[in-house]
Amino acid sequence: MEQYEPDRLSPAQVAAMRRSLRNGRASLTRRSLLRACAGGALATGGLGALGACGIPPAGDTRGGVSAQDHSAEEKVVHFSNWTEYIDVDDSGKHHPTLDTFRRRTGITVKYTEDINDNNEFFAKIKPQLAAGQDTGRDLVVLTDWLAARLIRLGWAQKLDPSHLPHAFANLSDQFRSPDWDPGRAYSYPWQGISTVIAYNKKALDGIEVKSVSDLLDNPRLKGRVGFLSEMRDSIGMTLLDMGKDPARFTDDDFDAVIARLQKAVDKGQIRRFTGNDYTSDLTKGDFAACLAWAGDVVQLKADSPDVDFVIPDSGYMTSTDNLLIPNKARHKTNAERLIDFFYEPEQAAALSAYVNYVSPVEGVKPYLAKIDESAADNPLIIPDQAMAAKSHAFRSLSTEEETAYESKFAKLTGA
Amino acid sequence: MTTLTEAPPPLAPAAPGRRPPRRRGRLVPYWLLLPGILWLLLFFALPMVYQASTSVQTGSLEQGYKVTWHFAAYGDALSAYWPQFLRSVVYAAVATLLCLLLGYPLAYLIAFRAGRWRNLVMIMVIAPFFTTFLIRTLAWKTILADDGPVVHTLTSLHVLDLTDWLGWTAGDRVLATPLAVVCGLTYNFLPFMILPLYTSLERIDGRLHEAAGDLYAKPFTTFRKVTFPLSMPGVVSGTLLTFIPAAGDYVNAELLGSTDTRMVGNVIQAQFLRVLDYPTAAALSFILMAAILLMVTFYIRKSGTEDLV
Repeated sequence: MEQYEPDRLSPAQVAAMRRSLRNGRASLTRRSLLRACAGGALATGGLGALGACGIPPAGDTRGGVSAQDHSAEEKVVHFSNWTEYIDVDDSGKHHPTLDTFRRRTGITVKYTEDINDNNEFFAKIKPQLAAGQDTGRDLVVLTDWLAARLIRLGWAQKLDPSHLPHAFANLSDQFRSPDWDPGRAYSYPWQGISTVIAYNKKALDGIEVKSVSDLLDNPRLKGRVGFLSEMRDSIGMTLLDMGKDPARFTDDDFDAVIARLQKAVDKGQIRRFTGNDYTSDLTKGDFAACLAWAGDVVQLKADSPDVDFVIPDSGYMTSTDNLLIPNKARHKTNAERLIDFFYEPEQAAALSAYVNYVSPVEGVKPYLAKIDESAADNPLIIPDQAMAAKSHAFRSLSTEEETAYESKFAKLTGA
Repeated sequence: MTTLTEAPPPLAPAAPGRRPPRRRGRLVPYWLLLPGILWLLLFFALPMVYQASTSVQTGSLEQGYKVTWHFAAYGDALSAYWPQFLRSVVYAAVATLLCLLLGYPLAYLIAFRAGRWRNLVMIMVIAPFFTTFLIRTLAWKTILADDGPVVHTLTSLHVLDLTDWLGWTAGDRVLATPLAVVCGLTYNFLPFMILPLYTSLERIDGRLHEAAGDLYAKPFTTFRKVTFPLSMPGVVSGTLLTFIPAAGDYVNAELLGSTDTRMVGNVIQAQFLRVLDYPTAAALSFILMAAILLMVTFYIRKSGTEDLV
C-alpha cells in the first residue's frame, strides 16, 4: 500500500489531521488491541481453577423430587407451552378454556408461550433441574423423546392418579402405554403430532408421490425434496419405507437408513433438512414434496389450495407433546387438576377446534362436530380406524444411543 | 486519570476522623471503572473459564461431567470438522470483500456527495435493523425463490450456468446453495462495514481533495494517494466488524443453505443442543476463537494502520 507522505504538509496541518483521526475515541490503536488480545489469551490460557468445574450426575433423583405443595394457599399454576398451541378468543388476549378452568376451580393459569424448540428449552431448564432447583414452572409441554429424557434423568414428578380421573378414563388407546412411560405414570399427552408427506400440486406438475421412496429416488424431484431436521421423524419415516418397525429397530437398521439418506443427499435429491420453516418452502413451491407435520398441513391446506398430503402405505410416524410436572414445582395439585380438565371431551374439543393436531382424548368427536363439522371429519385431527392402524411410534433410546444416533444424523445434515 | 506532577500542598490540620478530600479524588477513576470491570468479569471472563473447563471434561448427563483434561477433544473436533471451519473462513472472507466493494462507494457517496440527503441515506442504511435478523434473512427466501423474478432473470441471462459451473449454485436455483449463504451474509453485515467507513471518510478534510487537484492529481490519483490511505482505519475496523461475526454466523447457513454449506456455527449449535456433546461444542468454540484471533492479529499487523476508528 502506498503511504501518504505527511512531511509535505506543515506541522500544523499534520497536527490537525492527527486530531481529526483520533479525537478522543481513537485511543483504540493497533498496539492496544494487540496488547488486549495477548492479555486475553494469557488470562484464558493460564487457568488453574478449571479442575474445580464440572456438572454433577443427574441419576440420583429417580421418581422425581417434589417440593412442598403450595396448591391450597396459592390458587395459581404456571404453565409453559409452545407458541400458538392453545385456543384464543377473537381479541387474541384470552384463552377461553383457561378462563373456564379459572371460573370452575378458582385457579388462575399463568400461561407463558416460552417453548420454541425442545433442544433449546432443555438447555434453558437444565441448569435448574440439574441443581435440584425449582424452574418456576408447574407444567411444561415437551415432545415425547424429551419427556422420556426428563423422566429418565429423574427430573419429572410422578403424577397422583386420584387427581386424574378424566385423564385416566379418556386417554386414547393409541397413547396409553409408550415404552418410555408405561401406564402414563409421569406424563399425559397434550396433542399428538403425525408426520406425513405433504406436496405442492403445482410444483409437482403431475409427478406422483406416494411414498418416501418416491421422495428419495424420483430423479424429477431432484433438489426439490425436504426432510425434517427432527431426527426421529426423518429416520422413522424412512425406516417404515424400508419395511422396518421404528418401535424395535437395531443399530444396523439405523445405519442402513442413514446410508440411504446419505445417498440422496450426495445426489442432491434432498434440498434441505428443515424445522418449522418448511412451510414457506412448500407454499412457494421450492419444495415439490416434503415430510411435514399434519397440524401444519391442515393450516396450509386452508391457506393455499395447492398444498395437500398423502399417507404412505408403509405407515406414518406419530409422536406426542406431553404435559409434565418438573421437579420442585410449587403447585403440583393445581397442575394435575389442569391436566385432568383438558381430558374432559368438551374442553379437548374446544382446544382441537383451534390447534388442528391429533386429539389424544376419546369421545371428542361429537363435541368437536358441534363447533366445526369439517374438523371432526378430518382424519388428521381425529384419526379413524384405518388411519390409527398405520400410526407408528419411535422407540425410546438410551443416553448412549441418543448421542450416537443424533451425532450420525447431524453428520448427515452437514453439521 | 490525573497524575500529580508536583507535591501536594501541605495539608491543613484536618478534623479528627475526616479523610483528606484528595484521596477520594484519586480513587474516582477506579470506582467509575468498576461497573465495566465487573461486567467483563461476570459476562466475559467467567463464561470463558467455564467453557474452557467444559472443553476438557468427559462424561454424560446421567454420570455427570468431570474435568479429565481430555485435550484430545480439540484434535478430534478439528479433524472431524475442518471442512466446516474452512468453509466458514472462506464464506466470511468473500462476504467481507463483497461488503467492502459495495459499502465503500456508498460510504463515499454519503460522506462527500449526499449533501442534505446525508441523514436520509444514513437512515436507509440502518433501517433494515428495525426488523429482526431472522425476518430479514427469511425475506431472502422469498426474493430468491425458485419461481421468483430474480432467479428467472439470472437464468435467462445464463448467469446461473456460469455459477453452476463454478460450483456456487446447483442447477436452476440459488436458494440452498453457497451463493445464497454468501449473499445472506453480505446483506446482513453490510451496515457494519458502511458505518465505520463513513465515520472515517467523513473526517477527511475536503480541502485535501482541493489541494490534490491543485497539484494536478487526477481524481483517481487523489483517491489512491489521499482518500483511501486516510480511510484505512475505517476499512480495517469495517472488515473486522464484518468478518468476525460472519465467520461465527449460523443463521444464514441454516436458512439459506443446504447440507453442503454448513458452517462451524451450525456444528457448534448441533453439538451443543442436539447431540449434547458439550465438550466438543466448547472445544470447537475455542478453536474458532483462536483461529479468528490469529487471523485478526495477522491482518492488523499487515494492514499497517495504527488507529482503528
